[in-house]
Amino acid sequence: MSVFEIIMHQLVNGLVLGSFYALVALGYTMIFGVIKLLNFAHGDLYMIGGFTGFIILSAISSVVGGDWFGIFIAMFLSMIAVGCLGVVIQRIAYQPMLAAPRLSILITALAVSLVLQNAVLALTGGQYTAFSTDIGFGGVNIGSLFITYNQMVLVGTASILMIALQVFVTRTQYGRAMRAVAIDKDMCELMGINVPAIIGVTFFIGSALAAAAGTMAGAYYGSVWYFMGFLVGLKAFTAAVIGGIGSIPGAMLGGLILGLLEAFGTQIPGIGSEWKDVFTFVVLILVLVFKPTGLLGKSEQERM
Amino acid sequence: MSEQKVLSARLFGPLAVLVENSKARWTAIGAILILMAIGPFIFGQYATVIMTNALLYVVLALGLNIVVGYAGLLDLGYAAFFAIGAYTVGILTQEFGVNFWLTLPVAVLAAAIGGIIIGGPTLRLRSDYLAIVTLGFGEIVRLSARNLDITGKASGISGIEQPYLFGWHIAGYLDFYYVFCVLAILAVFVSVRLANSRLGRAWLYVRHDEDVAEAMGINRVRVKLAAYVIGAIFGSVGGAFFAANLGAISPESFSFTQSVLILMAVILGGMGKIPGVILGALIIILGPELLRDLGPLRLLVFAVGLLLIMLFRPSGIWPGKGAQK
Repeated sequence: MSVFEIIMHQLVNGLVLGSFYALVALGYTMIFGVIKLLNFAHGDLYMIGGFTGFIILSAISSVVGGDWFGIFIAMFLSMIAVGCLGVVIQRIAYQPMLAAPRLSILITALAVSLVLQNAVLALTGGQYTAFSTDIGFGGVNIGSLFITYNQMVLVGTASILMIALQVFVTRTQYGRAMRAVAIDKDMCELMGINVPAIIGVTFFIGSALAAAAGTMAGAYYGSVWYFMGFLVGLKAFTAAVIGGIGSIPGAMLGGLILGLLEAFGTQIPGIGSEWKDVFTFVVLILVLVFKPTGLLGKSEQERM
Repeated sequence: MSEQKVLSARLFGPLAVLVENSKARWTAIGAILILMAIGPFIFGQYATVIMTNALLYVVLALGLNIVVGYAGLLDLGYAAFFAIGAYTVGILTQEFGVNFWLTLPVAVLAAAIGGIIIGGPTLRLRSDYLAIVTLGFGEIVRLSARNLDITGKASGISGIEQPYLFGWHIAGYLDFYYVFCVLAILAVFVSVRLANSRLGRAWLYVRHDEDVAEAMGINRVRVKLAAYVIGAIFGSVGGAFFAANLGAISPESFSFTQSVLILMAVILGGMGKIPGVILGALIIILGPELLRDLGPLRLLVFAVGLLLIMLFRPSGIWPGKGAQK
């Protein structure tokens, strides 16, 4: 392969990875925006989304087929289910902790993550579950570059979801309320905004986006397992920090940058695929050291 | 008095007396020490080996307690320091033939440097970031151990020699039991002294209100970094003796699950309180032994327990004076 081909090939890989990271990072950043919580359970919602999508697709594939059409239906239902789960988690576990010290709510989030992970571990016995679909491996050749249809559908779907989110946040009343809550919760309450409802909506959307990514990842890689959310969660957080935590366009940009960094990073001599994850965490630590506000984030002054 | 307090007073009344009454407390401590000394002869080999593991967890949990309980920082990669200690000993004794006791200061130094590299830059930011950075650091250390030649890749290092101390060959299960007894007692002693020191009061202040602490002239970054580094040293020393005890180490001993188990030990019993932390460590190790049939559900049970504790009893199982708000 020529250098140009390698670059194009990794560009496609990076875009696919970046789409997953961006979708999960969006939820991280939105939830951080409204309640200033690093939701450790977010990566696990991606995992639950993958499993839910798998279960729904298994149930309906005899009617709608196991092609992308079926996957979209499964993905849509999985988004609704996991979105509701996200709201339930917020109501049960996080709502009572909002006034408690920071450390308590962080540990609670960790506990939720562990409960979700280990519940699925107990149910599946820790085995990979094959996510069988009929999506095949077809694609088109552009020059000597081969791009599968799956990659195109995946990146396309992720883009549509992100554009829809952007429209929702900037053009609708709920989106405006969400941005207002992120800026000043107490003032929002005085202005008659139903803050708990907005927080609920935020959790719903964030969790649903993670579920969309989980279902697509399951279908694309062909399997789901209980630990799949751990690394993706960590990397999505890295993506959110790169873009500037709290910033929605930042999460999208951060996801893409991280996906591309990872794809190209593994091509650097000496950094093989076994060092891929180490590479990501080193990027995270470097960003936090040199540009903690991220690319699009605003510098945050702690208010007294 | 809230309902919860009444309940805890009824449940833990006798224990609370022990904690508050100094004469009763010393009697209890004496009894525990005697029990620790003669325990192996009463309960047999199997129980002694389990207890040795529990004592290791007491050391690790007390170390993490300095970070989480005293300074109020969430560390999700504590196993990294545990690994640094174990691998320093493993590499130096195996590859370079260094005496075990000479590797200990190196292990302490390595952990301190690791702590400063990770904690230094991150602790200047929001404390939340430390949680996720330490999580990443834990993975970096584990993955590095898996991928490097010097750490023996996935199979790890084996055949680590058991040390001599003034002619005493620390080799049998009984020898290691007593070594870990001494380590645990040392860890308790250091924790108590730290809590009552100037630094300990600074941690208390920073934990309750960072801004006010800063206004009072406490350098919050330096104080937090001190907690993080001291915790790292505890973990590293624990890891060093862990390596000598097992004679073989592999990357999977230092996974995220390991970090989480140590953290659970700290939180279940009661953050910041030494008896609580010891109780937590014992629950984590002895619990699965008592409920052997739990099998793969073990972590799920602990995780649900952790969630319930956080929601209903955030100050832990052991009651502490003034801990409940």
